[in-house]
Amino acid sequence: MPCANAIQKQQTKACGLCCTRLEDFGVKIGRTEILRDINLHIHCGELMAVIGPNGAGKTTLLKAILGEISHTGWLRFLDASNCQARKPIVGYVPQKIDFDAGAPVSVLDLFSAALSSWPVCLGHSRRLQERTEASLLRVRADHLLKRRLGDLSGGELQRVLLALALEPKPDLLLMDEPVSGIDVQGREMFYDMVSDLRRNYDLSIILVSHDLALVSQYAERVVLINKTVICDGTPEDIFSNGQINLAYGPFYIDSTGGKQTYAKNSGGAIA
Amino acid sequence: MEIWYSLVDHLFPFAWAQHIFMKNALMAVLLVGPMFAIVGTMIVNNNMAFYSDTIGHSALTGIAIGVLLGFGDPLWIMVIFSIVLALIISSLKFLTTASTDTIIGSVSAAMVALGIVILSRGGGFAKYSRFLIGDILSITPKELLILAIAFGGVILLWGFMFNRFLLVSVNMSLARSRGIPVHLIEILFCVAAAVIVTISIQWVGILIINSFLILPAAAARNITKNIRQYHVVAVLITIVSGIAGLLMSYYLATATGATIVLIAALFYLLTFIWKPRFL
Repeated sequence: MPCANAIQKQQTKACGLCCTRLEDFGVKIGRTEILRDINLHIHCGELMAVIGPNGAGKTTLLKAILGEISHTGWLRFLDASNCQARKPIVGYVPQKIDFDAGAPVSVLDLFSAALSSWPVCLGHSRRLQERTEASLLRVRADHLLKRRLGDLSGGELQRVLLALALEPKPDLLLMDEPVSGIDVQGREMFYDMVSDLRRNYDLSIILVSHDLALVSQYAERVVLINKTVICDGTPEDIFSNGQINLAYGPFYIDSTGGKQTYAKNSGGAIA
Repeated sequence: MEIWYSLVDHLFPFAWAQHIFMKNALMAVLLVGPMFAIVGTMIVNNNMAFYSDTIGHSALTGIAIGVLLGFGDPLWIMVIFSIVLALIISSLKFLTTASTDTIIGSVSAAMVALGIVILSRGGGFAKYSRFLIGDILSITPKELLILAIAFGGVILLWGFMFNRFLLVSVNMSLARSRGIPVHLIEILFCVAAAVIVTISIQWVGILIINSFLILPAAAARNITKNIRQYHVVAVLITIVSGIAGLLMSYYLATATGATIVLIAALFYLLTFIWKPRFL
């Protein structure tokens, strides 16, 4: 059937790769039910922000998608043709990696270890070094190539981790508060970069964040979770919903900038 | 071995090198040193110093079980015991929420006590004190072969698995997100480290084996910026302190293992002082 093939091809081309479906997704650790009845469909090229109070299970959700903890229900990655499930490449930018700052591991070492099987202790190939440089250039961090991980600043480290998560090019990018504890300029630079990448590479991104001002600026879809999905919609939908505001807010609309911000009592965001 | 003996004769025309036992010991040092350097760097990276210490101390119980079962040479029983222990400790780490330090500390104390209780039955503990201090001068060519095989095994394992070990040591979540079976890799590393420690223990000594594993890596990380430098410096430190310690113990008539560790500790002190100027 040449016709069907052509359509399929076109679809594959148009819609980069796959979409991700969570069906009746839940997580139980011991007897504690952390997440239940999660049904989400993430399209390619979409930036979906996940928000919710502390202990709502946001990080758990990411960890379950990564396969770090086991889950109930289904997690499906579907091809553009919508029927073929395949193993996706998932990129992950962790919140703040916990690592030994004294370890003599350079940025290049980290990339080599992740991208090749040639033992890093024997040195690096020129090809790999060039690839790493190119990949760091994408996040404006090529000058960090030979620096020790422990010597990087918070913002630099997150950019390096983002570059690593994009190598090889992922189908789905998970980010867990990638810029918490980083100054405003660093944060905006990071999200500008993420938006560029999303446009250029047609990535699906799930972003866990507490920074609602930035979320409403960069995400086109916001999902509020607290054990399960409470609300799913555009930033406007979520932040203007009266009931949601009552329970989880208040969010208010900053009329001057047209952005929504998230304030609790005297403006202190719930961290 | 003949080739090695004549090589030593050529390279070191000194009085100490005339003895066969010194030639054997020199080879043992050159095998154990680099092997410990590369395993030690990864142990330090993983913050597993306490774990390797426990494996070393638990060798006492391994010996005791060997003696109970009536083996003259308890090495194989010790190795099997250390593998079982490594499996137990690494799975306990994943199964419970208790702190790893607490688990490992309890296991360590229990194993040392059990070993001493069994071995001291009837007042014969003195027989086993050679395991505490280690005696590299008594190593035989057959035992050198076991060390050489272990060294070869480490090099092979590192050749295939090093990058995965490294990623897991940097951050587990990151490693898992890149499709690495983190638990499996951790268990593999724990078992490999346990086997290496146990095979070397009667030459280096239970009391100081962990220092010889940790000190060169700890010294090297003070003054290096990437993984390659880290390994080169650690291996150099073990070789230099190994040979220097062997010679000093020969002329001063001291225990070889302890003398080597003392020199490695000196390296650590020097790099520690040098560190602020380096960074």
